[in-house]
Amino acid sequence: MKLVIRNGRAVDPKNKIDKKVDILIEDGKIVKIGESPKFRPGDVTRSTITIDATGKVVTPGLIDMHTHLREPGREDEETIASGTRAAAQGGFTSICCMPNTQPVVDSVSGVKFILTTASQEGIVNVYPVGSITKGRKGEELAEIGKMRIAGIVGISDDGKPVMNAQIMRRALEYAKMFNLPVISHCEDLNLSTGGVMNEGFTSTVLGLKGIPRQAEEIMVARDIALAELTGGKLHLAHITTRGSVELVRQAKKKRIKVTCETAPHYFSLSEEDVRGYDTNTKINPPLRTKDDIEALCEGLADGTIDCIVSDHAPHLDVEKDLEYNMAPFGIIGLETMVPLIITNLVGKKILNLNQAIAKMTVNPANILGLEKGALSIGSDADLTIIDLNLKKKIDNEFSSQSKNSPFIGMELKGFPVATIVGGKMVMEDGKLV
Amino acid sequence: MRLKNKDLLGLEYLDREEINLILETAKPFKELFTRSVKKVPPLRGKTVVLLFYEPSTRTRTSFELAAKRLSADVLNISASTSSVAKGESLIDTAKTLEAMKADFVVIRHSMAGAPQILARTISASIVNAGDGTHEHPTQGLLDMFTIWEKKGRLSGLKVAIVGDILHSRVARSNIWGLNKMGAKVYVVGPATLIPPRIEQMGVKIFYDLDEIIDELDVINILRIQMERQKENLFPSLREYNEIFGVTDERLKRAKKDLLVMHPGPMNRGIEISSSVAEGSRSVITEQVTNGIAVRMAVLYLLAGGDKRGMKR
Repeated sequence: MKLVIRNGRAVDPKNKIDKKVDILIEDGKIVKIGESPKFRPGDVTRSTITIDATGKVVTPGLIDMHTHLREPGREDEETIASGTRAAAQGGFTSICCMPNTQPVVDSVSGVKFILTTASQEGIVNVYPVGSITKGRKGEELAEIGKMRIAGIVGISDDGKPVMNAQIMRRALEYAKMFNLPVISHCEDLNLSTGGVMNEGFTSTVLGLKGIPRQAEEIMVARDIALAELTGGKLHLAHITTRGSVELVRQAKKKRIKVTCETAPHYFSLSEEDVRGYDTNTKINPPLRTKDDIEALCEGLADGTIDCIVSDHAPHLDVEKDLEYNMAPFGIIGLETMVPLIITNLVGKKILNLNQAIAKMTVNPANILGLEKGALSIGSDADLTIIDLNLKKKIDNEFSSQSKNSPFIGMELKGFPVATIVGGKMVMEDGKLV
Repeated sequence: MRLKNKDLLGLEYLDREEINLILETAKPFKELFTRSVKKVPPLRGKTVVLLFYEPSTRTRTSFELAAKRLSADVLNISASTSSVAKGESLIDTAKTLEAMKADFVVIRHSMAGAPQILARTISASIVNAGDGTHEHPTQGLLDMFTIWEKKGRLSGLKVAIVGDILHSRVARSNIWGLNKMGAKVYVVGPATLIPPRIEQMGVKIFYDLDEIIDELDVINILRIQMERQKENLFPSLREYNEIFGVTDERLKRAKKDLLVMHPGPMNRGIEISSSVAEGSRSVITEQVTNGIAVRMAVLYLLAGGDKRGMKR
């Protein structure tokens, strides 16, 4: 099967492309990139499907390296099938799923379950992340090597930190053999215990227990020190504070192997949005302050922050429609991430389009060691088409099974309009195929 | 003049004029209490639901009396006897009350923000009777009423709130209210029980009561909860008593007309000595009486009443 994408503005940070091209896809691979006159007769025939991307941006298929698909265990909240549909709707061709399912993905059987289910029911590429420790208990290392052979791309106890520094040290040392990133959820549980929002003036006024920024920063500092000690490959999940950004910036200057990510809600919302006690503002780590947003923007612009991830965390209405203290942490994000980045970063000239796309393509691909994230001849035909000018109000029609989004009702600009996975169109004209 | 919102969720959301209106409306209601018949008709035919998710005798009975003296029908729901014990969510309970056509829901809850959830969900007037460590607006109002009645003004007075500010909804409501009325507010307590950035609410922090005792017009002493010691927020009750306990000895340097207040229930011998609680400066029992008058004023005004109507 042949597919040609015509007249789009290709933006590929890896190959440093930003120009109008046609892209020819055959049998799931990109076979030609160039201006259409250069296509030879026979390249495009009557049976070739043509996609007109005039006025739109064509990027390498977007990668979200931090999602929660809830299967196995909480199929009421999300499944691999529904989560990948949400991903396709949001413009993502590849996603990583965190292992905090029930049971935890801490062994080969868990990894195989994810990969098998994803290949049968998923509509985008799914890369499992295995846990660092058995049962995410922070006590004994999981079978990291066996899980690597089975197909994991990283290890993480996400949702929880590895509180024991010795175990974290061993994980970084051990995973180094496989060049696997250790994805750290930075939270000192002794400092954060019982907290539901950022600690500060707003938490004082609202009477909600705060989580100090230091709960994150202490662990960021510890893990950087351990990465320096071990030479292991450290990736810091969802960083949110000025202090964390500065620690990572310093570590990178010292050439310590550390990368990090943040999520759109951390630069789009602040602790102020918790006023009103909307439980869709309850997220861990918590929404921070305007000053932190500024620091995150600086970190994104100067490359300190490598990736943007959704941290897609589906929860049901019945779980979220509760008193603030009782509701679970987390929001869905796959379907709002691209417009939030285009509106709040590209639109406000914090990042140019090339930088923004890099944080969802080449950068996560490099961290995870994936042969993805570029428009190269011979590479998998994973592509995303984005309409930078498309304005929409976020409604509560999501492809995700859950609707826990604080962005419902917000008008955003810049939405993905087509998602192509392995040469197959899975989302077209803003609708799942 | 009338109140601007259908609900009373906190003093943060009232302006100076509205607070004045409530205090002035409470005055004639208090005068009622000296009569043999204490009941007036303004809320006849209205239903007031007292929805208490946390044990409370003082606040619940005060609201109950206030509603009854306004001739409302009163329904008591407490967490231990209701469907709450069967796991019904707050929103479902709210919808049930809506279906029963409750006009007022007075809610006490251990979690901050619960009254906001109700106010968003149903059309009845919601009165916050204390939500977690957020606000306890009617306590703030009755404290201000007590001060205003005794001192004739609030503006320019120096008021210290002493004790566990961190976990105190009473402190937060007092701070909002007193600041709006032009009083100067100090908070005094162990550093571990002073909430972060509270100075941004417009208060000054002191760790030594003796430093300011001589200039105070009012001292409002908060209950210190035994559990806090287990959370390592202070080492021992006897140490707390020595440093922050309000005793006759400590009040020697205070103004003669200092008002001593406590929202109750008291831990005598810990945050306050018995002789101070019973002393001539104490208005602690009057606070209880005033509580009923202020709550009558709140219910009356939320029902759409105005000051003129009451005088008539």
